[in-house]
Amino acid sequence: MAAVTTSTERSLNKLAIVGVLIVTIIFLAPIYWIASTAFKPRNLATTIPPTVVFQPEISPFVKLFTKRSQLRTAPTPEQYAAAPWWERLVFDGGEKVVRSGRGEVQWSGYPNRFMNSLIVAITSTILAVGMGTFTAYGFSRFKIKGEQDLLFFILSTRMLPPVVVAIPMFLMYRAVGLNDTHWGLIILYTAFNLSFSVWLMKGFMDEIPKEYEEAALVDGYTRIEAFFKIVLPEAATGIAATAVFCFITAWNEYAFALIMTNRRAQTAPPFIPSQVGSGLSDWTVIAAGTFLFLLPVAIFTFLLRNHLLRGMSFGAIRK
Amino acid sequence: MAHIQLKNISKTFGNHTALTGLNLDIADGEFFVLLGETGAGKTTTLRMVAGLEKPSEGQVFIDGVDVANWGAAERDVALVLQQYSLYPRYTVRENLEFPLKSKIRRIEPDEIKTRVDRVARTLRIEHLLERKTDRLSGGEMQRVSIGRAIVRKPRVFLMDEPLSALDAKLREALRTELKNIQMNLGQTFLFVTHDQIEAMSMGDKVGVLNHGRIVQTGTPYEIYNNPRDTYVASFVGSPPMNLIDGKLVNGRAVMAPLNFELPFAGGAKTSGATDGRPLVFGIRPEDVYLESGAPVEARVHDVENHGVEKILTLRVGDAMLRATVPARTDVEIEQPVRFAWDPDKVVLFDKASGISLRHAG
Repeated sequence: MAAVTTSTERSLNKLAIVGVLIVTIIFLAPIYWIASTAFKPRNLATTIPPTVVFQPEISPFVKLFTKRSQLRTAPTPEQYAAAPWWERLVFDGGEKVVRSGRGEVQWSGYPNRFMNSLIVAITSTILAVGMGTFTAYGFSRFKIKGEQDLLFFILSTRMLPPVVVAIPMFLMYRAVGLNDTHWGLIILYTAFNLSFSVWLMKGFMDEIPKEYEEAALVDGYTRIEAFFKIVLPEAATGIAATAVFCFITAWNEYAFALIMTNRRAQTAPPFIPSQVGSGLSDWTVIAAGTFLFLLPVAIFTFLLRNHLLRGMSFGAIRK
Repeated sequence: MAHIQLKNISKTFGNHTALTGLNLDIADGEFFVLLGETGAGKTTTLRMVAGLEKPSEGQVFIDGVDVANWGAAERDVALVLQQYSLYPRYTVRENLEFPLKSKIRRIEPDEIKTRVDRVARTLRIEHLLERKTDRLSGGEMQRVSIGRAIVRKPRVFLMDEPLSALDAKLREALRTELKNIQMNLGQTFLFVTHDQIEAMSMGDKVGVLNHGRIVQTGTPYEIYNNPRDTYVASFVGSPPMNLIDGKLVNGRAVMAPLNFELPFAGGAKTSGATDGRPLVFGIRPEDVYLESGAPVEARVHDVENHGVEKILTLRVGDAMLRATVPARTDVEIEQPVRFAWDPDKVVLFDKASGISLRHAG
């Protein structure tokens, strides 16, 4: 087709670009707000109108990672001089860092919660995507009795809001001792993501010509070898796309994490807002916690962006 | 090397019957072509020999051994397909190595390299060895695909329309090449195609498949000159055999609704060619000739110039007849011509069953 652009087409194009820019700004505004608040001094965090230009500082992150208590009197000049640079930032905010009897800095709850989030989200993603891939392969390649009914059953596990079963799940978990454990949350998130993973992966598996594996079978490989050598690399795009979605779901899950965990296995989502109520709410610390919490998903999605793009256009490309 | 036998094979998919009572015997070292239209059951037959599909009934024998319980890997067959024939993401070399690296073969790396290089030389794809398969042309892909089959030294080569997706020129070149390879290797080939020219030019033996049944098995010569029924007669040959309804009256062929007569000489050879029996007369276009004093008049309906020859469509009444004539024959559309046939080449078919009287015995 000849590339003929009339002046109306050009102005329409410009209009579209402006529209996209506006939408982008609307979507990015809250993220900018969180990111900027994470670097603000405390007194600028809640000004009206919001402060846009300010001297960024690192103190919210220092506070995020340490246990602090309110200072009754200002620190003496000797105390101030003896403190490391990051502790001075806390002094400036009218707080001091809590130390043990031997002078060791006490960590806040955040690093542990963050680790818990990573452990739970990564493990449940691997399990959900792994099992989903195998199941989808089975559904895609073999004649299974009642295939449609089974697939519908798998899908039906998503047909009610998960919170509805929160109380029974809580009671069951308490009975078997899965309360406040990593495995408890991992099992929950895996089960929740599995139906999604099976359905998405089945779509991708159906797109891979079965001739490839059959050639491998004829060439002297077992089905499992053919699966790992031929099918899996072909399914990489689908696996990446599914993994991103599963990871985001598990990473952001709030309700079950709040109900099922309190200390040992608590993830970041229920922890961050819990800080609002303890003492004075310091929004810069909450913003710092949220900002760090956003990073893993952003990095994960960024690393897999090529796969995601290909995944979205899957089936639209002639092979 | 292997002798393949299929005995009384039937295959159904749900309530669709793909094959019924199929019997095949492919001799060791034979180039056997399975010819049929799309959906005739060719690929299903091939997949059953490969072990990718189980017959609903009947048995497959390789060298006299019933292979019902053998997987595809154990059967040691090589498969070349029309498309998706190469492993994506792999280079040509990796594709050729792939079957040799299977655990069931245990071949030394040195030996693998020697064999891959030798095959690459045979097929003239040495310059492509390090290239990824998605950067190959259609012809190069099929060459690599054939290479992957040869490198294994399998007992049987199974080929499912390997040339169908290629353009005409390349198809012709690879046809010759493939036939040469088969002759040099002396291997058993089972080759599936819907292209009767491929079947005729490559096959030692041809099996014509129609609606899941083998209609006729024989050498290309037999299939062409002595078709078992009107299906084979009209399917094989380009243009196909002319089929005209009629009957015999006093040793002459009388075309019943069209009302023209031609001499007939085959009566002595064929029993059952009794006077008055409703028949179908089959005559190849090249056995129809134009002559000024010939018995029947027709008009030229269409002329197709093929360079070495012309294919004329002749109109007699409202029936059409094809005739292959030398290219120098000078005719124009709607010109009246007179034609005759070679009475020795006429094949008689029973009108009701469509079966050749020679085959009916």
